[in-house]
Amino acid sequence: MQDFIHWLQAPGLNHFLIISGILFSLGVFAILTRRNAIMVLMGIELVLNAANINFIAFSRYITNTLDGQVIAIFVIILAAAEAAIALAIVLNIFQNFNTVNVDELNQLRD
Amino acid sequence: MVEQTLHSLSQFLPETTLTITFCISILAGLILRNKPKVIPVISFAGILLATVFAVRQMGSSQAVFSGMIVVDPFAVFFKLLVGSTAVIIFLFSIYSQEVQSTLKRLVEYSSLLVAMTLGMFLMAGAVNLLMMVLAIELTSLSSYILAGYTKEAPDSSEASLKYIIYGALSTGLMLYGISILFGLTGATDVYAINRSLAATSVNSVALLIAVLLIIAGFGYKISAVPFHFWTPDVYEGAPITITAFLSVASKAAGFAMLIRFFKISFIDFNLLAAHAGGVWGLLQGFEWNKILAILSVLTMTLGNLVAVWQNNLKRLLAYSSIAHAGYMLMGVVVLNDKGLAAVLVYFMVYLFMNLGAFYVVMLVANKVGSEDIDSYKGLGYRSPFISVAMVVFFISLAGLPPTAGFIGKLFLFAALLDARWVWLAVVGALNSVVSLYYYVRVVRNMFLRDPEGSTEPIRFSFPQMAILLLLLVPTLLFGLFYSPIVELANASVLMFGVR
Repeated sequence: MQDFIHWLQAPGLNHFLIISGILFSLGVFAILTRRNAIMVLMGIELVLNAANINFIAFSRYITNTLDGQVIAIFVIILAAAEAAIALAIVLNIFQNFNTVNVDELNQLRD
Repeated sequence: MVEQTLHSLSQFLPETTLTITFCISILAGLILRNKPKVIPVISFAGILLATVFAVRQMGSSQAVFSGMIVVDPFAVFFKLLVGSTAVIIFLFSIYSQEVQSTLKRLVEYSSLLVAMTLGMFLMAGAVNLLMMVLAIELTSLSSYILAGYTKEAPDSSEASLKYIIYGALSTGLMLYGISILFGLTGATDVYAINRSLAATSVNSVALLIAVLLIIAGFGYKISAVPFHFWTPDVYEGAPITITAFLSVASKAAGFAMLIRFFKISFIDFNLLAAHAGGVWGLLQGFEWNKILAILSVLTMTLGNLVAVWQNNLKRLLAYSSIAHAGYMLMGVVVLNDKGLAAVLVYFMVYLFMNLGAFYVVMLVANKVGSEDIDSYKGLGYRSPFISVAMVVFFISLAGLPPTAGFIGKLFLFAALLDARWVWLAVVGALNSVVSLYYYVRVVRNMFLRDPEGSTEPIRFSFPQMAILLLLLVPTLLFGLFYSPIVELANASVLMFGVR
């Protein structure tokens, strides 16, 4: 227990990788299990931000350049653009189907 | 620095033209509110001009914008492919009822098509993983909107939601993979990744996970199994013109990136020099081509087997396009010049035959109002010319002589046998036989069944026939005179920085 607290007190690369791994898993879990389209989109945001944490951590501890930080800024912009379009599409879905439950959208199937 | 940027800009002419066209299209849409039909003409002219500029880049080989993008024969080839597809799609749009019935939003339609083309041009030349992701996103964000263009139709909006959820997920997975690869090699530039992998050995489990996640991003773009789930739904729900564009151009750009990523990142250049282009050694002992071979077999087998059960022709063509992605992946498995040239030949042929099949589906859907295979019963008597053209496109898609599709398959199989991938070639040949079955089912409905309901002949206007001939003639001609396309493909496999 004492060791664990000491390990927590000195954050290094592994701490960030573990956090981003947890965030990534939560994101994928949300995408696979949530039925509400908005919740699925939030899961996707988690996956993108997990990648961001990785980029910044590697940039700080491994390459010692600003590459990772710059990539993270691009990814944030990309996530914003994607969210804007996704929400517009969800709005359109709601007008057509009166629901945002992805399971009930099954007009197109084999 | 300034000089370099100016030089880069001069090599960036096709993309600059598309960007300016995009802006002009939107502005003109705001100003000429009462004449929406002018906007597609502006966009069409811009894409045509960009394609001409791309032709003028032929033969040059250099990196621009600090090595984010390259201009090399390989990129120029895919720019031409995407540009000509976009031009043909604009011609299709003139006669598409889905597009012409929403005149007010024609501005969105044509400007987003330009944005999509721009994204694909960038995909063709990107050599930095960040640039690749941004180019994929530019293409995808435009295509999400276009898939749901007829927004009153529930099918179309459902297609766009499914598209954006799968698309965003695979981008997320790909970015996570890139972040791991960045940590392992300290670079996102494919040349730097290659140098780093050649110099130091990395954790192989982490590398495997990273590359599998990155394959998820590429696999979604080329609709390879198991990342294909969006394809049938989106192809069925989207307007036919957009479906046709996605099935050819988007796939081509995805393949361009996939090939560039694998060929530059993981090839052992020392071994390559020793064998003079014969055997391709891969870095770190990873046999990525075996993973790609498995993907290819899964893709073509699933595409062909599921297509057999389809009753909607658009959906059938969606599964057939998945199968064709599988065939082309066989060429990527070989990964030497011969295999890549075969993929390029296949793409040139695929452009004409697949766009042709979609064009006939669109013309018939305009008149009959349905894409069901049953509504094609007796079409051979009601509209002989269209039906014969459809038969030619289907024979070509199945890969039988004397059509161009045969040449495409011939070069692929020759490259596979040359590199001793005999079992893969056998699986590919068996798959072609399965594909023949579902194509012939449509042909049987057209010629060997009596028309149901109306037996009136269906007539099409002269310009509509001219567009059909534009696609039909190359499909037949390249089956007999194939040396020009083979020469172009052989000249286009050269990539910047390889040998």
